[in-house]
Amino acid sequence: MLKTNTSPNALMIQVTLNGQPQRFDTTSNILQLLDYMNLQGKRIAVERNGEIVPRSQFGEQMLADGDRLEIVVAVGGG
Amino acid sequence: MDNLIIAGKTYSSRLLVGTGKYKDFAETRESIDASGAQIITVAIRRTNIGQNPGEPNLLDILPPSEYTLLPNTAGCYTVDDAVRTLRLARELLDGHSLVKLEVLGDPKTLFPNMVETLKAAEILVKEDFQVMVYTSDDPILARQLEEIGCVAVMPLASLIGSGMGILNPWNLQIIIDNAKVPVIVDAGVGTASDAAIAMELGCDGVLMNTAIAAAQKPVLMASAMRKAVEAGREAYLAGRMTKKLYSASPSSPVTGVISSSSKDRAA
Repeated sequence: MLKTNTSPNALMIQVTLNGQPQRFDTTSNILQLLDYMNLQGKRIAVERNGEIVPRSQFGEQMLADGDRLEIVVAVGGG
Repeated sequence: MDNLIIAGKTYSSRLLVGTGKYKDFAETRESIDASGAQIITVAIRRTNIGQNPGEPNLLDILPPSEYTLLPNTAGCYTVDDAVRTLRLARELLDGHSLVKLEVLGDPKTLFPNMVETLKAAEILVKEDFQVMVYTSDDPILARQLEEIGCVAVMPLASLIGSGMGILNPWNLQIIIDNAKVPVIVDAGVGTASDAAIAMELGCDGVLMNTAIAAAQKPVLMASAMRKAVEAGREAYLAGRMTKKLYSASPSSPVTGVISSSSKDRAA
């Protein structure tokens, strides 16, 4: 079960998501994170600690304390 | 057919356009369609995390099945940021490898940092990206980028978003004369005549965003740009006449002019 929690809890981990610190349940994987963020099925790409996370691995990669995640989309630009 | 070929793929349009600065997605789409562009640039940015779940996605308006998307590294000031951005873009676009590299050196002028650009280009080419690269109009740097393996070199005509037009046609001419890959003027075009001049010089294409998006009527300007690029290309292929101050060679016959004079001049 994925949830954010602002109270200190030994079972929670802290990750940096798009530059913002966020706390999540330790058992979260990336798919659950995207689900929680309403981003599942959207056209996005994910980088974890500087490495691309292929879509096929969203359900396998577990979040770890201190992870730095970038979730990006295409936007208008020149 | 006179086609533009980039990295082995054929395009009938020589106008490449950006997708930024439009008032909404409808105007973006309408302008791009009026431009006839087949290659369109997109930027890669952090998604909003849950703030606007129903927000429309650019790729729904401009699906990769209809256009060749060219993800860029706009806003990147380091090799690392540029390379990571394009790796994310490749993942986002299902392995699509044609990209636009730009590594900026200064937020005021948006001038490219060419030392960092060369380094990033080397890494990306090794990772099998097909790199179209934004560059200053230095012919030696353009050559080096080509030697690294970039599939197109894209010198600026003037600064990004400036609309100042083609400031140094002579450098562009040297780059065009020497390049074996397509040369695409990227940045600085302000109006249709600028695009035509770039094409008359022999550029293989023109990439623009602000000139269309910041026009009073973007859709109409997009159409004008389409025609300017086509006209400039045809004029280049046709080969212009030589410039001369005095020709003494009118276009109409010099004999047989009617005359009220009693003396017949043609006699």
